[in-house]
Amino acid sequence: MFIELRNVSKYYGSLLAVNRLSMTVPEGDIYGFLGPNGSGKSTTIRMILSLIRPTSGEILLFGKEISRQRHFALRRIGALVEKPDFYNYLTARKNLQILGRLSEVPQLNHRVDEVLDIVGLLPRAASRVHTYSQGMKQRLGIAQAILHHPDLIILDEPTNGLDPQGQKEIRELILSLQTDHHITILISSHLLFEMEQIATRMIILHKGKSLVEGTVTSLLNNREQQVSVEIDRPKEVIQKIHHSEWAGRLITVPEHELCFKLARKEIPRLNHWLIRQGFNVFAIEPVRSLESFFLQITDHDQTDPD
Amino acid sequence: MIRLIRIELYKIFTKPRTYIGFSAVFILVLAIQFGIKLEGDTMMSMLVQNIKDRFIFQGNIINLYLVAYVVLNTLWIHVPILVALVTGDLLAGEANSGTFRILLIRPVSRIQLVIAKFIAGWIYTLILVLLLALLSLGTGILLFGSGDLMVVTNKVNVFASNDLLWRFSGAYAYGILSMTTVTALSFFLSALADNSIGPIVGTIALIIGITIISTVGATLLGPVNQYLFTSYLPSWQLFFQTNVGHGELGHAILIQVTYIVLFFTATLIYFNRKDILS
Repeated sequence: MFIELRNVSKYYGSLLAVNRLSMTVPEGDIYGFLGPNGSGKSTTIRMILSLIRPTSGEILLFGKEISRQRHFALRRIGALVEKPDFYNYLTARKNLQILGRLSEVPQLNHRVDEVLDIVGLLPRAASRVHTYSQGMKQRLGIAQAILHHPDLIILDEPTNGLDPQGQKEIRELILSLQTDHHITILISSHLLFEMEQIATRMIILHKGKSLVEGTVTSLLNNREQQVSVEIDRPKEVIQKIHHSEWAGRLITVPEHELCFKLARKEIPRLNHWLIRQGFNVFAIEPVRSLESFFLQITDHDQTDPD
Repeated sequence: MIRLIRIELYKIFTKPRTYIGFSAVFILVLAIQFGIKLEGDTMMSMLVQNIKDRFIFQGNIINLYLVAYVVLNTLWIHVPILVALVTGDLLAGEANSGTFRILLIRPVSRIQLVIAKFIAGWIYTLILVLLLALLSLGTGILLFGSGDLMVVTNKVNVFASNDLLWRFSGAYAYGILSMTTVTALSFFLSALADNSIGPIVGTIALIIGITIISTVGATLLGPVNQYLFTSYLPSWQLFFQTNVGHGELGHAILIQVTYIVLFFTATLIYFNRKDILS
């Protein structure tokens, strides 16, 4: 295991930020760390990187206790914690040279240009960082994270503050790091759809506690989820639904669409039924908001002890 | 460690604020020197008003040494501000700009980082005091020429010009030591804060505050005063007594060194345990 947390807790004064969290990140995964703001994601990441000390519990990196083998572990880890901050009065190249010297990167100047090229910043390498846009800073943040050829990189909300195009580019960059450079990635986010697109496994955190952990497919596909159906003549559909097997599944009726609570495998059957009844189905779309997913999970957890 | 110190020095000397300190010393020294050049005679006649009937003044009284002495007296108020301007930013500046998050995830221990930063900050302080010395004496010789130094305190001491170089060297060396105490204080405050304004203002407020309290309440604080580092900031003046009081000077040096060790150790312990939340 690249990362292993055993019953890790962190108190800030009397506030419990992380509550007996246990998790494992195996080699080769893109591991999603999902939770709303304030759920303890950043605190956990900072503890993994030894920026803050856990109140209790154990953190193992590459099988070794971080507090005893900090240097060993940090040589193999790259990270971008929260927003990317640099020495703004220096150029991107100089920032990376400073950080590279600290990590004792061999052939530093060549490597700096190489990572700037990977993140698409080589043409702006000689510009001072204060002239960079947020997206460029995020890219530079990823560049410094991969500078010393790490085996594991930890990215804390790397798409925060970016426009949709910027978010897409960062996601593609992260995927290429895993496929082209074989780097294991721990990525935190509060966006469920982002995790769905990137992660292979994920853990969901809420109020410092782990709610669920597993592969993204198993977590998203096997549970009942909210599905939005855009259809013509919705009032007529509702009448028919009330006398059908789907009656208990209809949860809300916004203006031009219906919302059902379904398992993923039931979606094609509903589609067939609607068409057989003579309705035109324009779209069927799972609603993947983190909030609704949380509600489902917490609801599920309350009713099902497993 | 050398690698870390070089990186920290690079960061210090690429920051614009560093040159504020150097520029301020440059401007202040030149301003004082030109002021004395223009109004020196008036100033001198006021200074010796009470003793001019008992002494005969001959030769170049307003010379480089007198001006350097005046500069020393004047600038020991400003130099701590200029020291704190940079050294108060060493740790707090990283916290404020969020760069601890890219720095402390490297395979470098916090203790190594604190030592490297302190040494780099001390080198800045050293350069600042040496610049002060160089400007005072260098431009002083061009503007005023050499001569004997007359120091008027509660008595009048006259030092021959060939007896002065070692006294000034001693005064500047002591100045470096006392400014190292200021460096250690502002560095410690810098570890406590997450922005650099606090340590800079805090350092100056502490120095001025303690000085005022210990002066106003001298009787009350008498026994405590001898252990306060602020009481020994002007001890460079010991070099301008006919016989330098080695015991008094040794005590002053011991107090300064003790405070440097205390502040630095406190910084190491605190920073090593600090949660990086910025």
